[in-house]
Amino acid sequence: MSMGLTIMVTGALVAASCGFLGCFLILRRMAMLGDAISHAVLPGIVIAFLISGSRDSLPMLLGAAAFGLLCTFFIQSLRSQGVQSDAAISVTFTALFAIGVILVSLYTRQVDLDLDCVLYGEIAYVPWDTLSLFGHNIGPKAIWGVGTAFLLSLLIVGLFFKEFKIVSFDPQMAAALGIPVLLIHYLLMGLVSVTTVASFESVGAILVVAMLTVPSATAYLLTDRLETMLAISVGAGILSSLFGYWLALVFDASIAGSMTVAAGTFFLLAFLFSPLHGVVTRWLIRRRLRTATAVDHR
Amino acid sequence: MKRIHSPVSIRDLSVAYHRKPVLRDIQFDAPEGKLIGIVGPNGAGKSTLIKAMMNLLPLTSGDVKIYGKPYKEQRDLVGYVPQRESVDWDFPTSALDVVLMGRYGKLGWFRRPKAADREFAMDCLDKVGMADFAKRQISQLSGGQQQRVFLARSLAQDARIYFMDEPFVGVDAATEKAIIRLLNELKAQEKTVLVVHHDLQTVREYFDWLLMLNMRQIAFGPTSWVFTADHLQKTYGGRLTVLPELPDPVAVTR
Amino acid sequence: MNFLSQASHFLSDPNTLWVLSGTVLLGLSSGVIGSFAFLRKRGLMGDVLAHAALPGICLAFMLTGSKNPFFFLIGATVTGILASMAINAITRFSRIKEDTALALVLSVFFGVGIVFLTQIQHTNYGNQSGLDKFLFGQSASLVGDDVWVMGGVAIALLLFSLLFFKEFKLLCFDPGFGRSLGFPVGMLDLVLMLMLVVAVVIGLQAAGVVLMAALIITPAAAARYWTERLDRMLVLSALLGGMSGALGTLFSATTANLPTGPLIVVAATVVFLISLIFSPRRGLLAKAVRLARMRKQAARERVLHSLYENREQGGSGELDTETILQKYPIPRRRLKSALASLMRDGWIQVCKRNGAFRIRGTEEGWIQAYETVLRTRMTEVWMMHENEIGGNLREEGTGSVTGEIPPDLFEPLWNLLVKHGREPKWKPDAGSIPAGEGGITP
Repeated sequence: MSMGLTIMVTGALVAASCGFLGCFLILRRMAMLGDAISHAVLPGIVIAFLISGSRDSLPMLLGAAAFGLLCTFFIQSLRSQGVQSDAAISVTFTALFAIGVILVSLYTRQVDLDLDCVLYGEIAYVPWDTLSLFGHNIGPKAIWGVGTAFLLSLLIVGLFFKEFKIVSFDPQMAAALGIPVLLIHYLLMGLVSVTTVASFESVGAILVVAMLTVPSATAYLLTDRLETMLAISVGAGILSSLFGYWLALVFDASIAGSMTVAAGTFFLLAFLFSPLHGVVTRWLIRRRLRTATAVDHR
Repeated sequence: MKRIHSPVSIRDLSVAYHRKPVLRDIQFDAPEGKLIGIVGPNGAGKSTLIKAMMNLLPLTSGDVKIYGKPYKEQRDLVGYVPQRESVDWDFPTSALDVVLMGRYGKLGWFRRPKAADREFAMDCLDKVGMADFAKRQISQLSGGQQQRVFLARSLAQDARIYFMDEPFVGVDAATEKAIIRLLNELKAQEKTVLVVHHDLQTVREYFDWLLMLNMRQIAFGPTSWVFTADHLQKTYGGRLTVLPELPDPVAVTR
Repeated sequence: MNFLSQASHFLSDPNTLWVLSGTVLLGLSSGVIGSFAFLRKRGLMGDVLAHAALPGICLAFMLTGSKNPFFFLIGATVTGILASMAINAITRFSRIKEDTALALVLSVFFGVGIVFLTQIQHTNYGNQSGLDKFLFGQSASLVGDDVWVMGGVAIALLLFSLLFFKEFKLLCFDPGFGRSLGFPVGMLDLVLMLMLVVAVVIGLQAAGVVLMAALIITPAAAARYWTERLDRMLVLSALLGGMSGALGTLFSATTANLPTGPLIVVAATVVFLISLIFSPRRGLLAKAVRLARMRKQAARERVLHSLYENREQGGSGELDTETILQKYPIPRRRLKSALASLMRDGWIQVCKRNGAFRIRGTEEGWIQAYETVLRTRMTEVWMMHENEIGGNLREEGTGSVTGEIPPDLFEPLWNLLVKHGREPKWKPDAGSIPAGEGGITP
């Protein structure tokens, strides 16, 4: 696989898996959890590194996913104790992140971790970090990692689609029907953690946060069906990563940053021109109505 | 013949709910096949009672039985209409889809709604006069129409007992009529319906039985017996300034 | 060397004194502004604004080519305001909810910032190496000039909060009502946002993007647990913020080169956790104790009630546990502990007969049962007629009813009880009952 293609495939996979889960996050009004999780996993990464003593991906992935879940658990507990939602999120993830930074500096001699690289991983390096199985090179690690996370999300959400849907729409009704709302919540959070961790190791936290929210927000403006919204969100994510990569080549800029900018551009277009909810569209309709009534009155 | 188990039987129920006033000493056996109104002033704990009966919030004390067994084992027998404001109507889904959610409890894990469920849901929509709006996105429905979708969803639960939380709030006249028609149809099918209600003018017209509530149970019984000036006074205290006409007009002292 | 002597040694170093005063000032000002943000449910704005500062800082650098903190401040403020305006526009003109708008603006602005940053690195803008330090925080590098800027800004922010105290209070509590009074609510909101932006930006240099978000929200959230009044909350939040700043700095100076920013955040979080658990009214511990006490009290009352009601209805006044449980389904263990405590008080006697526990009141117990029943029924009747007879039986702040009947309400309540036919109809010992209702015979 050529370098450019690898980067584009990785970006598209990250975009697809984040866009998919992001829909549920924004419908449940938990969009900021992506940001929270991507910061809160730092101590998990450091601890996994200290225990395993290697820069192997799997222990780090497990450590990070564990702390991602821990973070959502803390947030949920604080909320259920009456702490308002925004405060619960902020306090939890900043505290965990701070602990992570302290751990890094405490064990700075043992830990050869480049903080910037962990958090702001560079997608441009993806093609060189390959995985080998039985001595064969089976391609870039990132594609395998993110691809697995994506398939896992597809599988679990596919199996429990109706539960995910009703818990997002009407948790009280779901509880009355006997659907374990908390279990579904943690299932979603677990998927978000795994996806976040698998993605940002290769593409950086900011692209993950962007892909979790921006394409799904775009899709939210374009359709009134959950199934379509999921599809559009995945599509918009993939398009943003392709377009972003092209932008990065043209302007010689950060790939992750350009992909984010591309996603933002698509959102802006939807915000203005969505046939259903666009600002300009609605304005045009209003104006046409006004002229129509004016003609009637003449 | 007297049944062994009442559809809903409550013993000594009390709820302490965050730091808000409590609901306490609720105790009644709902008769089967009746429309039962739950009335009381704002903050009297009407919605809290409904939620407590469905295990949606922890009880401080007491016990709720549905046909003689805990709610957990009898979920399939209970249909629920939550307050309309409790959900986000911008959610990307259609009216039919919302009604289909009523089938989820019976479907269980992993199984998807089938064509039969879809037909059933369509029938439910039809019963509330909303069949033409099945494909409509829910935010494009009026308040009354949204309420009817919620009612259709509870019908889709195909239950024997229905809990409805303020179904008459903020609906148009057509919807109000549709709801009444539906309630009477349910009654004709021997179903038991508990409805949180706030309009005292219509209480006698709509409900056979009445639970009067003000943080504790004031009265429970057939409407003609318990809907009296004395009980109203006990329920609403001095807050009630305009009393509906009563069969035996009693001067209400302030 | 112990911590104190290390600290005093450290305090004699003028360089670190600058750092200390900087972090304390930072904690103070972000504590105050954070309180408003917290009450406005905008706690996450700190995080968003901190991220949105990146493109501003880069732009300022690209335009001026200098690393003057003052230009950075202006650039970051401009993009911060743009970000908050974008959030407002998105939530107002589309159906997108606030949390999504926050995450969206945060990531897109930061993404734009990263693009600028790479542009700066690729095109030779001279020495750009200090830029990321500005973002990721390095309080050890604070120098006199920075502290002067921070101090000035902090004092300005505090003054503004004082000046607009009543307006901000209204804005946080009920913006709609504020608008009806003719306050320019939109303008005030913008001013508050501007202050938040400034507080965040001056903190970035010392604490970094993520940790700045914590300084905004954590002290405020902690302060909320200790008081119900806004003015006290502001002062407390400022103090807690300043204290966290000082603690973090001292720790970092005395312990082997740990970074200051994260230590400040950890200090603030510890303060928050202490507040969450131990604060006297809202704390988890107080809540748990209250709940346990309430449950025990309720169980004791149930026992006395069943005994009394049995007697009132002409029974023997002797009950077994099963009869009580039938009437009041209490967990068995709780009933047991209630019985034990009633026995300790000498209010009941328990004896075992035919395999069942029989419970009977003592002389003292009957009087207490009568009092309890009377109190409960009076409370009930008061709740029904609250508006007519006035008085207050509710506990301050919690809204729950205490059950203590004020003497002046006694007679009207008794009369109401008689009217409803709910007065206790059996008296254990006429002589021992207070004379207030002596005229009425059951």
